[in-house]
Amino acid sequence: MLYSEQKHFDEIIAYLEKDKSVFVVGCDGCAQSSGSGGPKQVEEMKRKLTAAGKNVTGTKSVDFLCSKALVKSGLRGKVDQLKAADAVLVLTCGIGIQCVAAAVNKPVYPGCNTVNLGGIRGEWEGSERCFECGQCLLYHTGGICPLTACTKSLVSGSCGGANKGKCEISPDRDCGWELIYTRLKERGLLNRLNDMMKPLDHKKIMPRPEMMSTPRYALENPPKVETPKVESPVKEVKA
Amino acid sequence: MSLQSQLESGKFAITCEFGPIKGTDTHEIIENIEILKGKVDAANVTDQQSSILRMSGLVTATLCVQGGLEPILQMTCRDRNRIALQSDLLGAWVMGIKNILALTGDMAAKGDHPQAKDVFDLDSVTLLNTIMRLNEGFDLSNNELKGKPAFFSGAVVKVESNTEASEELQIIKMQKKITAGAKFFQTQAVYDAKSFERFMKRVEKFKTPVMVGVIPLKNAGFARFMNANVAGIRVPDNLIQKMADAPKEDREKTGIQIAAGLIKQMKPMCQGVHIMAIGWQKKVPEIMAAAGL
Repeated sequence: MLYSEQKHFDEIIAYLEKDKSVFVVGCDGCAQSSGSGGPKQVEEMKRKLTAAGKNVTGTKSVDFLCSKALVKSGLRGKVDQLKAADAVLVLTCGIGIQCVAAAVNKPVYPGCNTVNLGGIRGEWEGSERCFECGQCLLYHTGGICPLTACTKSLVSGSCGGANKGKCEISPDRDCGWELIYTRLKERGLLNRLNDMMKPLDHKKIMPRPEMMSTPRYALENPPKVETPKVESPVKEVKA
Repeated sequence: MSLQSQLESGKFAITCEFGPIKGTDTHEIIENIEILKGKVDAANVTDQQSSILRMSGLVTATLCVQGGLEPILQMTCRDRNRIALQSDLLGAWVMGIKNILALTGDMAAKGDHPQAKDVFDLDSVTLLNTIMRLNEGFDLSNNELKGKPAFFSGAVVKVESNTEASEELQIIKMQKKITAGAKFFQTQAVYDAKSFERFMKRVEKFKTPVMVGVIPLKNAGFARFMNANVAGIRVPDNLIQKMADAPKEDREKTGIQIAAGLIKQMKPMCQGVHIMAIGWQKKVPEIMAAAGL
C-alpha cells in the first residue's frame, strides 16, 4: 500500500499554466483507499479544473496504475481524449504517475504526493520506484523519479560520473538523469531541466512521527480491546 | 593578488591542489605550502577526496592562510547536512578562507569507509545557492546573520562526455551553477586540446572564467587506469604510447613535458590552469616553468 495525498490545487494549476486542455487519470487501488485519486476525486478534480478554465478532455480511473499493462489496457478506450489533451494529470502514488508517464507520450504531471509510511514499500514488476518523498517532483523530470532513478538521489541534475550512460556507482544501472534527459527531449520539454530546484524537505521524507511510532508501539504493547462477548452457538444448543 | 581579483581583472590564474593528510602529522602540509606560496595564485584543499577519510579540509585551509598560501576550500555535500555546511562556511570565513569550490561529492561507497551514511542534504547547485544566501546576510531559513561573509565561489565541470545526454546535462548544470552563484569553474583533467576548444566554444556565452584541469601523467598504467575508472577523463592513445615508450628514468620528465605542452596549447582558450599533481605537489613549480608560466 502506498499512501498518497492530493497536492494543493494551486500547485496543480501552476503545472498547467501553459496547457489549455488536460486529461485526468485516477487509480482504483491505493489512491482510492487514500482518498486522493479514486473515481470520486477524479470527478471532483474535473469540476475544479473546469471551474479554473481548463478544458478537461476526459477522465479515467484505472485499477492499479502501478502496472503498465493495466495502464495501457485501461486507457485504450480513451485514446482520442488523451490525444486531444495538452497534458495528463495523474492522481495517484509516484509509481502510478511514472507508469502513466512511461505509457503515454504526453507531458504527465503528478497530482499527488506520496507519503512515507516508514515500512516496506512493496514490490512492483515494473522498474518504477517511489521514494515516498511527500513532495512529488515528477513534473520537473518528465515522469521519471530522480530520487529513485539516480543512485545519489540528485535533484539538480547529473553528477557527471556516468560512463557511456551507466551509473558510476552501479554500472549495471542506467544513469537516471540521462533517462530523464532522453524522456524530456522526446516530449519537447527540455526546458524543464533549467528549473532551479529547492533543497529537498527531509521532514517530508521522514515517516511522520505518528506513523513511525504507532505500528511498532502496537506490536510491543497490543492495545487492550474489550472482546465483545459472543454466545457460542454450541452453548445455545446446550441451553 | 587574490584569485578573485586575478580572475575578475581577466588575468590568467594558476591553481593547484593538495589533499589533507591522513593523521595529525602536518609536516608535509607545511612543506607543500612553503613550496607553492608565491608561485600559484591559490591551492585547492580537497574534502575527503574519493570519500577517503583525511584530516579536516577546513583546518588544512586555515594552515594555508596562516602560511601565506591562498586556499580554495573544496566542500562536498556527502558528509554534512545544511546546518553543518553553513556552520563550517561561517567558520571558514572567520579563519580568512575566501574561496569555496562547491561539489556534490562522491558516495561513501567509493571510499575507505563504505559503511558510512551518505548525507546529500544539499547538492552542488543548492550549496552554491546557500553560499549566495550567506553572502547576502541570511541563512537557508532566512534568518539574518550578524556579520556576513563575501565568499568567491566556484564549481567544477566535465569537458569530456561520451553520450549526448551526458554532455548536454553538463552544460545545463553549468548554467544552473552560474545562476546559483558560481563565479569560476575548474574542469576535470583534459588531455585533448581539440575537445577543450570545442567545449569552450559552447560555454563562451556564459562569460564565466574557466580554468582547465591538468594532471601530469606518471606512467602508461596510470593513464589507462584513469581512462577506465575516472568519469570525464580521456587520455588519447598517442599520449599513453609516449609514456610507454619513455625509458623508466625519463618517465617523470616525459609526463611533465606532456602536461606543459597541454598547458601551452590550451592557455589561449581559457582563463586559468588548475594543476592536479596527485602526490607530486612539489613538481608544480617545475611544470609551470616548463609551460612558460
